[in-house]
Amino acid sequence: MAAKTLTIDGKQLSAEEGATVLQAAAEAGVKIPTLCHLEGLHDIGACRLCLVEVAGGPKLLPACTTLITEGMEVTTASERLKNYRRLTLELLFAERNHVCAVCVANGHCELQTLAGQQGLDHVRYDYCFPPWEVDATHRLFGMDHDRCILCQRCVRVCWDIEGAGTKHVSGRGGKAKIISDLDDDWGDSETCTACGKCVQACPTGALYHRGSTVGEMVRDRSKLEFLVNAREKKLWSV
Amino acid sequence: MERLKIATVWFGGCSGCHMSFLDLDEFLLDLAARVDVVYSPVVDCKDYPEGVAVCLIEGAICNEDHLALLHRIRARTRVLIAFGDCAVTANVPALRNHLGSGNAAAVLQCAYLDHAQDRPRLPAEAGIVPVLLDRVRPVHEVVYVEHFLPGCPPPADRIKALLTQLLHGLTPHLEGPPLTFG
Repeated sequence: MAAKTLTIDGKQLSAEEGATVLQAAAEAGVKIPTLCHLEGLHDIGACRLCLVEVAGGPKLLPACTTLITEGMEVTTASERLKNYRRLTLELLFAERNHVCAVCVANGHCELQTLAGQQGLDHVRYDYCFPPWEVDATHRLFGMDHDRCILCQRCVRVCWDIEGAGTKHVSGRGGKAKIISDLDDDWGDSETCTACGKCVQACPTGALYHRGSTVGEMVRDRSKLEFLVNAREKKLWSV
Repeated sequence: MERLKIATVWFGGCSGCHMSFLDLDEFLLDLAARVDVVYSPVVDCKDYPEGVAVCLIEGAICNEDHLALLHRIRARTRVLIAFGDCAVTANVPALRNHLGSGNAAAVLQCAYLDHAQDRPRLPAEAGIVPVLLDRVRPVHEVVYVEHFLPGCPPPADRIKALLTQLLHGLTPHLEGPPLTFG
């Protein structure tokens, strides 16, 4: 495949045609914050944290779904981008009921970690305190919608890797919600194979192993990467 | 040099942030040499004094007493610090908020009537038991707050870093991984 040359934050580099800005940046050692991206899953640009500036256009583009082009000039960490990232994180915290102190994922949460890294010390918007519920009908796992950021990692891992197609998104905007089958109780799902890949993929404490308490929900992302490498590249090394 | 007047206050929180403050250990001695703690849960003072330089505010704003005292604190203090997650995000005390309007009555009903073993009775003494607000609020939703110290509780070294910067007349600047909620 042909190589393209581009600059990211003033750094000249080349990457294979068809690579995304996020992949090219990672190869060059430039870290772009992400939340919905997960190695092994196709990218959908849902969380907007990886937004970058591309010279020649006024729009901000998600690095995870933007393909590189020849001569592209990308900026990943301008003041404008930092402001938008902070704003995005604040809106995520304000939209649902994230109570880090008593969350199963406390200390292992990507939203919490990212907020710290981006210098988020308070949320400027009024919290919405929406009345979400917990689906604790599954015998092994639970889903707390209060902590969901709608990254759809669970949906993608369920469809792309497990192939079960249990998880979907219903509704729009603030009422959007991750559902099982036709908005059934998860425990009644006829398609769920109880593989637990969605729980491994979740960046926050929304999906958890039943019985885990504060700070106990530690995930092993490498399991998903291992599966994808094994299938696509026939690499079975652990 | 004039000694700075420092205050700490305990609203709707578990006092864990104050415990973390006590974890400052020997730095408390350095602090005592430079400041007067004029109002605090550990100081016997009934009225919040005038001319306070810095006030650390622990806890969310849950009832009418909190609200009235917070406004008095704002009027009499130069720098307010939202001290810990309950002050910064409303945290656990705000769990009742997502029960919607009327949540105060619902939680009192649950705690004092439904699960009471002896003599179920709602706590109501005008002028003594403060009335709960409709909705628990983080401090900065009510008054302007200069600085924020998230964490449940904020680690002692963070408190020390912030106070040290303030004592040296610097604008506090904290960043890095330990600056997280929870």
